[in-house]
Amino acid sequence: MTADHTLTVHDLELGYGERTVIDSLDLVLPPGRVTAIVGANACGKSTLLRSMSRLLRPRTGQVLLDGKQVHRLPAKELARTLGLLPQAPTAPEGITVSDLVGRGRNPHQGLLSRWSTEDDAAVAAALEATDTVELADRPVDELSGGQRQRVWIAMALAQQTDVLLLDEPTTYLDVSHQVEVLDLLTDLNRNRGTTIVMVLHDLNLAARYADHLVALTGGRLHAAGDPHQVLTEETVRAVFGLDCSVITDPVSGRPLMLPIGRHHMAVTRS
Amino acid sequence: MTLAPPLPASGAAAVRRPRRLRAVWLLGGLLVLVGLMALSVAVGSRDVGLDDILAALGGSSDTLDRAAVTKRIPRTFLAVLVGAALGLAGAVMQGVTRNPLADPGILGVNMGASLAVITGIAWFGLTAPASFVWAAIAGAALSAVFVYAVGSLGRGGATPLKLALAGTATSAAFASFITAVVLPRNDIAGGVRSWQIGGVGGASMDTITLVLPFLAVGLLVCLASARGLNSLALGDDVAAGLGERVALTRGAAAVGAVLLCGAATAVAGPIGFVGLVVPHLCRLLVGVDHRWLLPFSAVTGAALLTAADVLGRVVARPSEIDVGIITALVGAPFFIHVVRRQKVRAL
Amino acid sequence: MTASLTSSPASSTLERVARGRSRRAARRRGVVVVLVLLVVGVLALSLMVGRTFYPPGDVLRVIGGQDVPGASFTVGRLRLPRAVLALLAGLCFGLAGVTFQTMLRNPLASPDIIGISAGSSAAAAVAIVTFGLSGTAVSFLAIVVGLGVALLIYVLSFRDGVAGTRLILIGIGIAAMLESVIAYVLSTAAAWDLQEATRWLTGSLNSASWDDVLPTLLALVVLGRLLLTRAGDLDMLQLGDDAASALGVRVEQTRVLVIVAAVGLVAFATAATGPIAFVAFLAGPIAARIVGPGASLLVPSALVGALLVLVADLAGQLAFDHRYPVGVVTGVLGAPYLVYLIVRTNRAGGSL
Repeated sequence: MTADHTLTVHDLELGYGERTVIDSLDLVLPPGRVTAIVGANACGKSTLLRSMSRLLRPRTGQVLLDGKQVHRLPAKELARTLGLLPQAPTAPEGITVSDLVGRGRNPHQGLLSRWSTEDDAAVAAALEATDTVELADRPVDELSGGQRQRVWIAMALAQQTDVLLLDEPTTYLDVSHQVEVLDLLTDLNRNRGTTIVMVLHDLNLAARYADHLVALTGGRLHAAGDPHQVLTEETVRAVFGLDCSVITDPVSGRPLMLPIGRHHMAVTRS
Repeated sequence: MTLAPPLPASGAAAVRRPRRLRAVWLLGGLLVLVGLMALSVAVGSRDVGLDDILAALGGSSDTLDRAAVTKRIPRTFLAVLVGAALGLAGAVMQGVTRNPLADPGILGVNMGASLAVITGIAWFGLTAPASFVWAAIAGAALSAVFVYAVGSLGRGGATPLKLALAGTATSAAFASFITAVVLPRNDIAGGVRSWQIGGVGGASMDTITLVLPFLAVGLLVCLASARGLNSLALGDDVAAGLGERVALTRGAAAVGAVLLCGAATAVAGPIGFVGLVVPHLCRLLVGVDHRWLLPFSAVTGAALLTAADVLGRVVARPSEIDVGIITALVGAPFFIHVVRRQKVRAL
Repeated sequence: MTASLTSSPASSTLERVARGRSRRAARRRGVVVVLVLLVVGVLALSLMVGRTFYPPGDVLRVIGGQDVPGASFTVGRLRLPRAVLALLAGLCFGLAGVTFQTMLRNPLASPDIIGISAGSSAAAAVAIVTFGLSGTAVSFLAIVVGLGVALLIYVLSFRDGVAGTRLILIGIGIAAMLESVIAYVLSTAAAWDLQEATRWLTGSLNSASWDDVLPTLLALVVLGRLLLTRAGDLDMLQLGDDAASALGVRVEQTRVLVIVAAVGLVAFATAATGPIAFVAFLAGPIAARIVGPGASLLVPSALVGALLVLVADLAGQLAFDHRYPVGVVTGVLGAPYLVYLIVRTNRAGGSL
């Protein structure tokens, strides 16, 4: 089991240029758990994730990892504890899968130290965990969308961080690959105790896979906590401006959101 | 929701109002152009008194002063024609490629025309100005097709970045060919230089009449494609859905634009950035409707080039700065401004 | 902290990973060795052949400091500085070019396309033609202005961080402006000295001397070594700024450092030889072809750059009726490859 690391956000304000994206946000991300951040488009989900991994400097407030400001930590030291898979990473043309996964070892290598057997072992383990061993020698360009996403996750795994942030890891994937990726992340959380924080678009998948749900609206925190408490009809109305009905998912026992539009009403609601 | 409601009277007026505004802008543009033409005849690297100018306009070229003015007349006409051609070609190219950075210079079309003429002179013994025009147009067409084809390969079609890089790289390749062709030929180096920097100083009525038919055809084709370009602006699929024959419209408009900038390069050498700057300015004033944008771009292009030519004659007295250099110095910062305004993903 | 998710990886997987990596490392080493041999070979050849041929023995004795009638002047004073400068400039251009291409993730984004070389050229042209300067003053100006122009491009493309695409396009705009400055300055030159003009437009080694060699060598030692220490971070940048940063790379700091080093290399080399056309552009992609994907390209690309300049200069002097400066040869030979590269890059939509 890995050491538990707590990521906290304190009175955070973020923005690009004139625009403020996140405003006075306080947040504690429970260690060793899976957290999903949900919210409408442009509510600041990705911005928050970028700031938590040091990509964006806060205007005010702090992002703290175990009480230390992430923006003050040395880059490589942070990268050994906290990993990020951005939304649209680019693979260099022609790079093979195992080379790309090997790039995840960067924070563990010093200026002069050479590639070690430990690095090989980490890459091999990441390939096995993501079921990409058979792809190891193939160029990344040739892979399908689902395979490619698994390879990127393998790279993040090779980084061997205790906290892993993922920005919409399921976009562009069909439904079976979405489930596959989320199952993989759940394995990672259960078997290794890795703290997972991800931005997800699909509310129902978020409610199913997350232990902790964070709902943002307009750059502010609307609700955070257990999915049963967060995914309610009121929250969905407040965050998405959408009427819905929330029932219990017969498969997982988690809440399931059913949107209500202006048409196709089989049952009149009271 | 009711579909297709009758347009209320106030709405109809709202639709009509900008049209009057545009007409005013167009008229204003024409007046400015006439004023600049007068300035271009009156002002030059040599100071000439008003009575001499009037006498020269009356056909007299007895004194040196009057002769200088007489030489300014074809020069002014050429600046107007070339400017109009480049402005219009730029607007059409930006429409055809749906690309805010399209410009005959950026796309390598001018360099293609220059290379064709220079190889013609050096290797095929071209001497007649008429053959230059054909060579320039052929070179312009070939490089336009090539750059566009290359720039639109792959994902995302012809993005501004891909087109600009393809154009610049092609220009660089052409430029080094030009150097290699010219270098061992000291005999033609001087004459060829005018094909490397654009200018209208060497204008004569003969050269103007030579390219006039090409410019006229190009102008008509471009103006006729205005409505089609409006549809293309919505994307190929939507345009097809609106009943536009996409390939035909695009091809025709591109032929018109190539004719214009090929002919312009044939008489004036490569002049960059006019085709880039002018349509952007015009869009600010008259909006995105090509039926207004195209004629207005032609007028503004003519005014801009005439002004740049006058400027080039005044700032470096007693010598002159070629107009192609002035437009690059003014146009490049504008290009940078356009790039800075774009969102990164749109590049 | 355990090394794996569930248990340690199967030995077959481990072996596969290790084998693949060592195979690629061996290939890269092999390529570097072959390239070094080729560079040394062509260097030796360019010292021996010319209007008069000197056997290897004579050449070696000249280098050893002995006085050989005829050869001492031709080889020692003419051919040696020329060949050494070709070698150094090629290394500089190759290194700087591949740095820009890797950092901006676009093989077309080499310093000669995005206006870096144009800054140095324009400065040199203005210094020579307008102010009548020469020698060290010209080189100094070329270097300072080259750095200044690069800084300007960087500042102009800075809006919430520097986006590679914006930097490339703004560089193209600046290059267009500078080229018109060069064109204007050359058009006002009293005697249109074709030799000197060509040097600042396409690059030439015709007036190479030891005075040119020394600053270039210093730049290569200092800045080249700086770049090599950053090779790993540079490779990470290929994954995108966000991913690189997540992997512990200080993106902005790396970028500034790497740009300064690469621009410095280009500026020093340009000050000595003029912008030898397309060498910076071609070295990286050629090296990528030979080495294969995944490996750092800095060293192979520098060697390819040196090889290009040496071969092109030799060809320019000997292969044609007319003596062409090296930049014209690389320009003409490079142009078709450049066109091919644009086609291939756009089709694949990829990086180096």
